[in-house]
Amino acid sequence: MSLSDWEPVIGLEIHVQLKTNTKMFCGCELSFGEEPNTRTCPVCLGLPGSLPVVNARAIHYGLLMGEAFGCEIAPRSIFARKNYFYPDQAKNYQISQYDTPLCAGGHLGDVRLNRIHLEEDAAKLVHLGESGRIHGSEASIVDYNRGGTPLAEIVTEPDIHSAEEARDWLNLLRVTLRQLGVSDVNMEEGSLRADANVSVRRKGETQLNTKTELKNMNSFRFLMQGINAEVKRQVALREGGGRVQQETLHFDPTSGKLNTLRSKEEAHDYRYFPEPDLVPVVPTEEMRAEARAALPELPAARAERYAADWDIQQDTARLFAFEPDWGDFFEEAATAAAPLPARPVANLVMELRGRVDGDDPLATPVSAQAVAGLARLVEERKTTAGNARKVLEILAKEGGDPAAIIEREGLGAMADDGELAGIVAQVIAEHPDVVERIKGGNAKATGALIGPIMKATKGRADGGEVNRLIRQQLEL
Amino acid sequence: MSELLELTAAQAADAIRRGEIEPDALWSAYRERAVADELNAYTWVAGAEPPEFDRSSPLAGVPVAVKDLFATEGIPSQAGSKILERYRPPYSATAVERLTGAGATLLGKTNQDEFAMGSSTEHSAYGPTLNPWDTGRVPGGSSGGSAAAVAAGTAPWSIGTDTGGSIRQPAALCGIVGMKPTYGAVSRYGMIAFASSLDQAGPFTRDVTDAALLLGVMVGEDPRDSTSIRLPGPIALPSATDLDGIRIGVPEELTGEGIEPGVLKAFEATLDVARELGATVEPTRLPHAPHALAAYYILAPAEASSNLARYDGVRYGLREDGADLLSMYTETREAGFGAEVKRRIMIGTYALSSGYYDAYYGRAQKVRTRISEDFRAAWESFDFIATPTSPTVAFELGAKLEDPLAMYLNDFCAVPMSLAGIPAISIPNGLADGLPTGFQLSGPAFSENRILDAAHALEKAIGFDGSKARKA
Repeated sequence: MSLSDWEPVIGLEIHVQLKTNTKMFCGCELSFGEEPNTRTCPVCLGLPGSLPVVNARAIHYGLLMGEAFGCEIAPRSIFARKNYFYPDQAKNYQISQYDTPLCAGGHLGDVRLNRIHLEEDAAKLVHLGESGRIHGSEASIVDYNRGGTPLAEIVTEPDIHSAEEARDWLNLLRVTLRQLGVSDVNMEEGSLRADANVSVRRKGETQLNTKTELKNMNSFRFLMQGINAEVKRQVALREGGGRVQQETLHFDPTSGKLNTLRSKEEAHDYRYFPEPDLVPVVPTEEMRAEARAALPELPAARAERYAADWDIQQDTARLFAFEPDWGDFFEEAATAAAPLPARPVANLVMELRGRVDGDDPLATPVSAQAVAGLARLVEERKTTAGNARKVLEILAKEGGDPAAIIEREGLGAMADDGELAGIVAQVIAEHPDVVERIKGGNAKATGALIGPIMKATKGRADGGEVNRLIRQQLEL
Repeated sequence: MSELLELTAAQAADAIRRGEIEPDALWSAYRERAVADELNAYTWVAGAEPPEFDRSSPLAGVPVAVKDLFATEGIPSQAGSKILERYRPPYSATAVERLTGAGATLLGKTNQDEFAMGSSTEHSAYGPTLNPWDTGRVPGGSSGGSAAAVAAGTAPWSIGTDTGGSIRQPAALCGIVGMKPTYGAVSRYGMIAFASSLDQAGPFTRDVTDAALLLGVMVGEDPRDSTSIRLPGPIALPSATDLDGIRIGVPEELTGEGIEPGVLKAFEATLDVARELGATVEPTRLPHAPHALAAYYILAPAEASSNLARYDGVRYGLREDGADLLSMYTETREAGFGAEVKRRIMIGTYALSSGYYDAYYGRAQKVRTRISEDFRAAWESFDFIATPTSPTVAFELGAKLEDPLAMYLNDFCAVPMSLAGIPAISIPNGLADGLPTGFQLSGPAFSENRILDAAHALEKAIGFDGSKARKA
């Protein structure tokens, strides 16, 4: 038996901070690194007598996600109190959703969603002393700036079967949410947090086995490390005749190991009950229509469209879909270059993307029209593919007109006037040893001729034409 | 001076607007009495300097006393608890802002059962409040300080909160008017919560007209309280002098066993008055009402167990340092909460626990629904439901402290209306053995104006004299 005999079964629970102006249940502005406890009010500090009021924008974002993922929207969605004592909750309960979340079901790609619900984020704790945790710390201080930030919790069904799939799906989710405009979805900054529920089963089996919950994997790398480590642990355990215990595990990024946070017996009883300070959220048809109208084209749909309408490579289509600014740029260039095929245009855009910093094509001085023009010049053999890259490099630095740059820099293709044939003949004459090797059956030796030819033509020669001429003159 | 104190609040407001009395004199007269109060009705009394107000406003310059649990900016708001000792909030409750916005001046904060849990004001960390009719007796609770202050004439009027009778029962035991409006009519923002789905603020006054005037200022939808509602129209000053065509139902379940004979006698006398005023009075049934108390003592503690979780020593109020986080929590709460609060937190925590939720909380919610349905059925035949407010007159201090169930039973007649969220008023309707009794009139949601009108007609006909308590 080995790892390959087992199938990991993975479900993700993702928390995303919503990009609203104000907090989930009060009018405090969201905090981005302000002085501690400056973005607070009686409500998010849980002062006696204060009451929560639901942020309408957060509901809109929830509906936006629900519509985008084809979820069922609850006709009456109810907030509940999740009771637990910890200083990161000012009220010692979190207002969350329990048995009637805003969105149920739906899917993204081929992963089904279980639910999406809204809740409030916890405050930030800093523990002074060596332990770094509340137990054994000399003192712990609380910054309530983050407390009350709107969160959406997205829970998938256990439809994921490897760490790589988990990473890819999470990336698709991240790009989708970013395009929906509901969140910054930045794992490093904590606006996207993923927990994973992991179990394993023998390949071919369909039942769900006891799972463990993995927490604190705050980067894509850690997510994969954590899942892989846990799958390995569970497989070893099962193959050794042991049983997986239901528990919550904490990923330690320094060691890459998983430590038990709490066992099933230590699981909290959150004593959920309907939040009596809030009335049910009843999404009207108008609210839902508003959400539908606000839906942008999402990555999965965009990638399909690019591959189908423009006939470009799957990988490129996916990349343009995941980076919609580049996607838009490509579409503009491809449209301008039509009826030229889109593939060479896509290649030039990819080339350009590799040469500029940041992901914003508008931050470069290159216009989509210039890229289209360059593609046309290559197609018309006014310049070579190799020189086009040089033109692009200049365009990326200073912008301008590709034809003018070709003229100025002497990057045009050689005119078909016999000059190239002459150069080829001369190089052949200068390298009799190479010619001998070629004639002796070593086709690869041709490369030793191409180098000097390109040098002599300053790169203006078309590689295909050079090859053709060599073969012609050597009568191959 | 005594003439000033004999004015009702509405009369005083009128006189101030007409320039007949000096608001500063009214302020000083009441403030002196509040400072000299020997009933322990106040936990805080304002300084001598009369507060600013706008003379053209409806409550211009009439002082008001406010139950301790209303947050008042910069002023102690302790909810009768040691855990909030000396706590001064950075903001004021909406209800308080509406009063001061209408020109009322904040005279003092009044004593109460800790976190509004109790029916005698003996469960206050700041000592019990005494009943001005007999200082050996309780004023009722939980808003006992607000009731005693008005009854004793140390305040012209006051506000309190009612979760399961905490306005109506002390009003009855102190011989004054107390009203709990429809749930949501007055914003709960800034009211230190006991049980969120039941807590409702309302007025304590000497007469029904004052109750209408004060309530009219308190009500209104509040963007800071999602459960607040807008009443269909403003609260009008009552003018009715008869009950022609009014149908009053008397539920068997709330007017039989357990009601003291003196209370029952006064109740029946008032029903006769109602008939004389033109009303029809008939027996009716509220079949689930006997279960109201049981349901209430699941639901209210359940909500309270969560509402009171925030008192942990981390942010405000009392903190008892402990060796670690858990011991800080437990030692703070052990030292800060009284026995009754602890009892209810225990009950509520248990009722919400995994595995027990359906049997307790879920079932109690079903009872609550049934009780609402009982009332809805009654409104098909009746305009109002009448009951005694409290089954007893004011009892002796300490009489029920060791017997929580006996204490709970004092709200037997008041709790069903709280669970149904409907408005109810208590007016004084006589004396039994020299102690006041209360008559409770409840109606459908939003029927405040009709209740006030009917209560006004009854009040005039009953002619209760509460001045004896004010002389003390």
